Amino acid sequence: MNLTLNVWRQNGAGDKGRMEQYQAKNVSPDSSFLEMLDEVNEELIREGKEPIAFDHDCREGICGMCSQVINGKPHGGQDRTTVCQLHMRSFKDGDAIFIEPWRAKAFPVLRDLAVDRNALDRIMEAGGYTSCHTGGVADGNALLIGKPEADYAMDAAECIGCGACVAGCLNSSAMLFTSAKVAQLATLPQGKVEAAKRVKSMTAELKAQGFGNCTNHYECQASCPKGIDVKFIATLNREYIKALVK
Amino acid sequence: MQLTENSVGRKLLMAVTGALLLGFVIVHLLGNSSVFLGPDGINSYAENLHNLGPIVWVFRLVMLGLIVVHIWFGVSLTLENSAATPIGYASQEYRRATFSSRTMIYTGLALLAFIIYHLLHFTVQITDVEFAARQNMDAINRPDVFGMVVNGFKQTFTTVLYVVAMIVLFLHLSHGVQSILQTVGLSNDKSLPVVTLAGKGLAFVLLLGYISIPILIIAGIVKI
Repeated sequence: MNLTLNVWRQNGAGDKGRMEQYQAKNVSPDSSFLEMLDEVNEELIREGKEPIAFDHDCREGICGMCSQVINGKPHGGQDRTTVCQLHMRSFKDGDAIFIEPWRAKAFPVLRDLAVDRNALDRIMEAGGYTSCHTGGVADGNALLIGKPEADYAMDAAECIGCGACVAGCLNSSAMLFTSAKVAQLATLPQGKVEAAKRVKSMTAELKAQGFGNCTNHYECQASCPKGIDVKFIATLNREYIKALVK
Repeated sequence: MQLTENSVGRKLLMAVTGALLLGFVIVHLLGNSSVFLGPDGINSYAENLHNLGPIVWVFRLVMLGLIVVHIWFGVSLTLENSAATPIGYASQEYRRATFSSRTMIYTGLALLAFIIYHLLHFTVQITDVEFAARQNMDAINRPDVFGMVVNGFKQTFTTVLYVVAMIVLFLHLSHGVQSILQTVGLSNDKSLPVVTLAGKGLAFVLLLGYISIPILIIAGIVKI
């Protein structure tokens, strides 16, 4: 298949950036989106041009490094799929594809499609941990956690921190990311101890990092490659209210 | 104060003030429906309200406070949100965001303009002095609210304006009702679709209730 790519090119943080058009020829429908870009880059290198910079790592959908908005949808919009697991068979021959970086003030573009997502780490540093001495490995079931609680925490822990929720959000809010961390830790006994302090400091950090505010569009859930549910945002809101009266 | 600085705190203030304003919208419609009982219904309702004296003013001040908080944070959060998204996408597709969720600031500001007009129309009564209730008394010497309402809505322009404003309110509440419950933490994956539908249903019932008054007046069914 042959495709027309409209790709965001930006020569570093200081550059204004622009969309540029490339032709991807003889693309195998079995190749992944990133493999397709690899081939386009090989061609660019052969022509002596600068290849398109993009983030990627595991290429099996678990690391959260790949970060591209494809045709206006983070990770291309296929249900529960990261860019690296998006395959060219979901496109048609002759398609024009728009590829853009995550857009948010909190995620400055480093180059082309690669953005700086350290702001998410700053939110984690504000409270996304438990400060307890873990000692040696505890006996199994020494700490009793109900199956529903364990499942709930595990669903929240599915977040891979890719930032697609921010990229998809109309307000560039990182509320789904933050809520997944808050909900995961607040559900488990180890995290409950610091729950009130955590929710206050993590949500305060959102503003400091330049993220927008959640207005319940729920575009984040549609954008999330792990299908993190907005019910965790409701959980975060509950935790916040509990922290206020504490 | 951290509540007014925090992202979730301000959202909570929007939700609580929004919920109380929604409560007013429901009670106001129940009060308005006394117009269907004829002149005696709404005139005695209005008389009883005004006889509450200072309580009316306390209520008005509380309403003003709610509106000021709701609009202040609505505007400041919107400004902050657009500052957080300095560059948009060349290609953009929405999947969960709705027309009403994306236009909250516009429908909200339009409602503010409507509230100001509505107060001038029926409370201060300066848009239509001729039919002002404080000058026209009914048979047993009460302000003739019924006559004022019926005469007010006999003008097509006024009726159209009110109907449009109520459609704007419908749009605002279509997103707003479920947003309140999500924000105060009273929703989960199972209840959210139900609450969203129920919220739109409530918004629609309020729309029908409110527009039925001017429409039945202009159709000549409710008349003096």
